[in-house]
Amino acid sequence: MCLGIPAKIVAIEDGNLGKADYLGTRVKVNLSLLDEVKVGDWVIIHAGFAISRLDEAEAQETLSLLREIAAASKDESSS
Amino acid sequence: MEEYRQEEIASALIRLIRKKREALGRPVRLMEVCGTHTMTVYRYGLKPLLEEAGVDLLAGPGCPVCITPDDYHEIIIDLLTRRPKTIVATFGDMTRVPTAKGSLQTAVPAPSSRLKIIYSPAEALELAQENPDCEVIFFGAGFETTIPSIAFTVKEARARGLKNFSLLAACWLIPPPLKAILESGEVAIDGFLYPGHVSTIIGSQPYRFIAEEFKIPGAITGFEPNDILLGINSVLDQMLAARPEVAIEYRRVVSPRGNPKALALMAEVFEVKDAFWRGLGLIPQSGLGLKKEYHEFDTLKRFSLDLSPSEKSFNPGCRCGQVLRGLLRPPECPLYGRLCRPESPYGPCMVSYEGACLIHFKYGQRWS
Repeated sequence: MCLGIPAKIVAIEDGNLGKADYLGTRVKVNLSLLDEVKVGDWVIIHAGFAISRLDEAEAQETLSLLREIAAASKDESSS
Repeated sequence: MEEYRQEEIASALIRLIRKKREALGRPVRLMEVCGTHTMTVYRYGLKPLLEEAGVDLLAGPGCPVCITPDDYHEIIIDLLTRRPKTIVATFGDMTRVPTAKGSLQTAVPAPSSRLKIIYSPAEALELAQENPDCEVIFFGAGFETTIPSIAFTVKEARARGLKNFSLLAACWLIPPPLKAILESGEVAIDGFLYPGHVSTIIGSQPYRFIAEEFKIPGAITGFEPNDILLGINSVLDQMLAARPEVAIEYRRVVSPRGNPKALALMAEVFEVKDAFWRGLGLIPQSGLGLKKEYHEFDTLKRFSLDLSPSEKSFNPGCRCGQVLRGLLRPPECPLYGRLCRPESPYGPCMVSYEGACLIHFKYGQRWS
């Protein structure tokens, strides 16, 4: 039940409600648990609520780490 | 973003994990606390690969459907079957848990009463507004991931002046059962993969006692297969350096202090209390109840009901409790696959999509 999906905010409506795009589907999202959400932000949605922001810089950093590990492993097996 | 699932990277990570595990010179056993982690581990076939590398993963108590005692279900089944004009709203998995009184799905509602499966707690508010002549009871179950949205719903019910809405709270906190498992000493655990989405709310601080008092390493971990492997890699690093900590390996989503706004909302609406968990028994300060200011929205108070769960009330012969404590693997249960199957579950671990038994049944048959 702790499943969370990453989705991009595409519209902000009255109060704390918005719409998010998840793999091409528009879903309703309640934004009350986060401050100052803007259109274009990536968030994690759980049970209809955005519970956290997705930090793009941190995501990129993890991706580079993963690529590095793969590259190092390749070097090792070819040497 | 496909790197989070790429096979080539997964193979490299498993080689790295194997090497570090070999450097430790003994087999390693980690507990993945969260049922959604168990799902990733099985679904992407990581389980046998890790076993081969000498890393054994044990499913923990992180499934709210699984740990909620039967007594909660029986109270809500009684309300649905005996009280006319009552709408019970809850999450889908909760409706299939079998008890001595059947399940919410098999219960026959009283006249003009019905069961409504919802995806978001906020839907319960709409139900109450659209059905002013009915009592709407929200059977809200969850960990810290879900609790802020349940708190929001109760606060909003008060703001809207709803008189026909109440909450039966089955709200649980994740760090206390980990302490209970460690204190029991029943199972040796070398490290923890901490739940990523619970941690978006609570941050890393609430797990610190595990590193400091119990000297056990751990990593807050994401839900893609390579996230899981990064978490394991971090725990092995901590073991090798003999420096246990609470690492965050899901930084794109989790910050050390969590989500302060969600935490404030939880603290505004709920207070911490001792709570009874299936399999784990009474755990101090492990559950939440509505604060006094919100008692008018408490189902138990509203209908003068008493809830005092004990081990006695569970289905006889059901071993979900041992599965949740990490003492029994699903296929080791004598009921697994025989009396207890996904189409006719006997215990909640075979009901929930995060239950260890259902996950093993769906994905684990290939290699066990």
